[in-house]
Amino acid sequence: MNFGKNLFNGIIPENPTFRLVLGTCPTLAVTTAAINGVGMGLSTTLVLIGSNVVISALRKVIPDKIRIPAFVVIIASFVTIVGMLMKAYTPDLDKALGIYIPLIVVNCIILARAEAFAFTNTVADSFADGLGMGLGFTLALTVMGSVRELLGAGSIFGTVILGGGFEPALMMILPPGAFLAYGLLMGLLNKVSESK
Amino acid sequence: MNEQFLTVSSSPHIRASHSTGSIMRDVLIALTPAFIAGVVFFGINAAILTIVCVLASVATEALIQKFLLKREVTINDWSAVVTGVLLAFNLPVSAPLWMAVIGSVFAIAIVKQCFGGIGQNFINPALAARAFLLASWPTRMTSAAFAVDAATTATPLALIKGGGEAAGGALPSYMDLFMGNVGGCIGEVSAIALLIGGIYLIMRNVISWRIPVIYIGTVAIFTLVFGQDPIYHVLAGGLLLGAFFMATDYASSPVTPKAQIIYALGCGILTGVIRLWGGYPEGVSYSILIMNVAAPLIERFTMPKIYGEVKDNA
Repeated sequence: MNFGKNLFNGIIPENPTFRLVLGTCPTLAVTTAAINGVGMGLSTTLVLIGSNVVISALRKVIPDKIRIPAFVVIIASFVTIVGMLMKAYTPDLDKALGIYIPLIVVNCIILARAEAFAFTNTVADSFADGLGMGLGFTLALTVMGSVRELLGAGSIFGTVILGGGFEPALMMILPPGAFLAYGLLMGLLNKVSESK
Repeated sequence: MNEQFLTVSSSPHIRASHSTGSIMRDVLIALTPAFIAGVVFFGINAAILTIVCVLASVATEALIQKFLLKREVTINDWSAVVTGVLLAFNLPVSAPLWMAVIGSVFAIAIVKQCFGGIGQNFINPALAARAFLLASWPTRMTSAAFAVDAATTATPLALIKGGGEAAGGALPSYMDLFMGNVGGCIGEVSAIALLIGGIYLIMRNVISWRIPVIYIGTVAIFTLVFGQDPIYHVLAGGLLLGAFFMATDYASSPVTPKAQIIYALGCGILTGVIRLWGGYPEGVSYSILIMNVAAPLIERFTMPKIYGEVKDNA
């Protein structure tokens, strides 16, 4: 019921990347390959679930006036945990994502969900919202990463798909390619949902 | 009674005989000498590349308008043909045909139609496509084949940038640069052909003299001040092609005279800076693209006074 609705909400209807246009900085910066998109998406999902649940649990304790600093402290704690876990277990991915892992702290999706959802909803709903938003973000980043990797390097997840005579368009894995792919995918999604 | 004096109508009352189609046809006529020069110096491949670019541009425009936008197909205004020709002129003759097609599709689909079609593109489609191709396949775009003796040579600008004489390549003479007997992109090599076309456009009132003259003059003075050979810098590279045919694109350049002067100065200074100190030997295309983006801002600050209006804080 509510759980499913909150979960699904973040994946398509209010997809943070393509619909709310939040967190565009990591979206544009790390999606040079599909695996980076998955890594960034999942680490953000973990932080999002953690911060949503804790903020929702503490929503009656946190005074209204200092809620933003309180959110940031909670979010930063989870980012630190995720960052350390990644350094320990997925060092290659950690190296590929670099500064963008600590920068999850300032990712607007997380602060936006804390402010707009977790602070006024129950723990269970906030969990579902965090999971849905996180999965939506992961999905968007994976699609972006796949498109850019396919056109810019001829592969997806490192598996060569367009081999042979295909000469990859280098620009797609450079910053301008990120903006191009982002804009075209957003337009495509709007077009598809419009015709429904 | 004379009806003419009694008819009440709204402005504009005086109409020019120009139409989009007639302007675009004039541009094509003006590009013909450079096309002939390109074919003479680079061989039949130059013609094939140009035709492929034109066909791909026109087909992309027609398909998008007919099937995606379901609007009236406006390929009769010749603008897609001009974009195709200009893109081909910005390619080295060794460019493969698939690159010509991708460039044309990019120019029309992304730069022109995504932003609303003719007159709405915020940057020059052919130049944007060149930048896209240059960023995507840098080695293919910078290998300037020299078809006359079928050897690959450095472009005149790459020669002075990379200390070409040390590498064994002699600088071309002014005469070679003027006629077009040098390496480079298809449409940029022959200064005389581009000058003929540019003067034709100015005589036909299709473009004003301001942008090309000030642009070229700025580059000449800039390079002279910094101790380079101004004649060489004006004749070599894509400056003449860019100044006459691409910086003057109606949709992406400013309209008021004052704004055009600032715009052309900016193009010239940026070209000089990129040529002398930048990473690339040539800076015309990036300079024009940057000033294209700045054009609305320049226009905002050079808005002409409206007759009879009182200043806000007079």
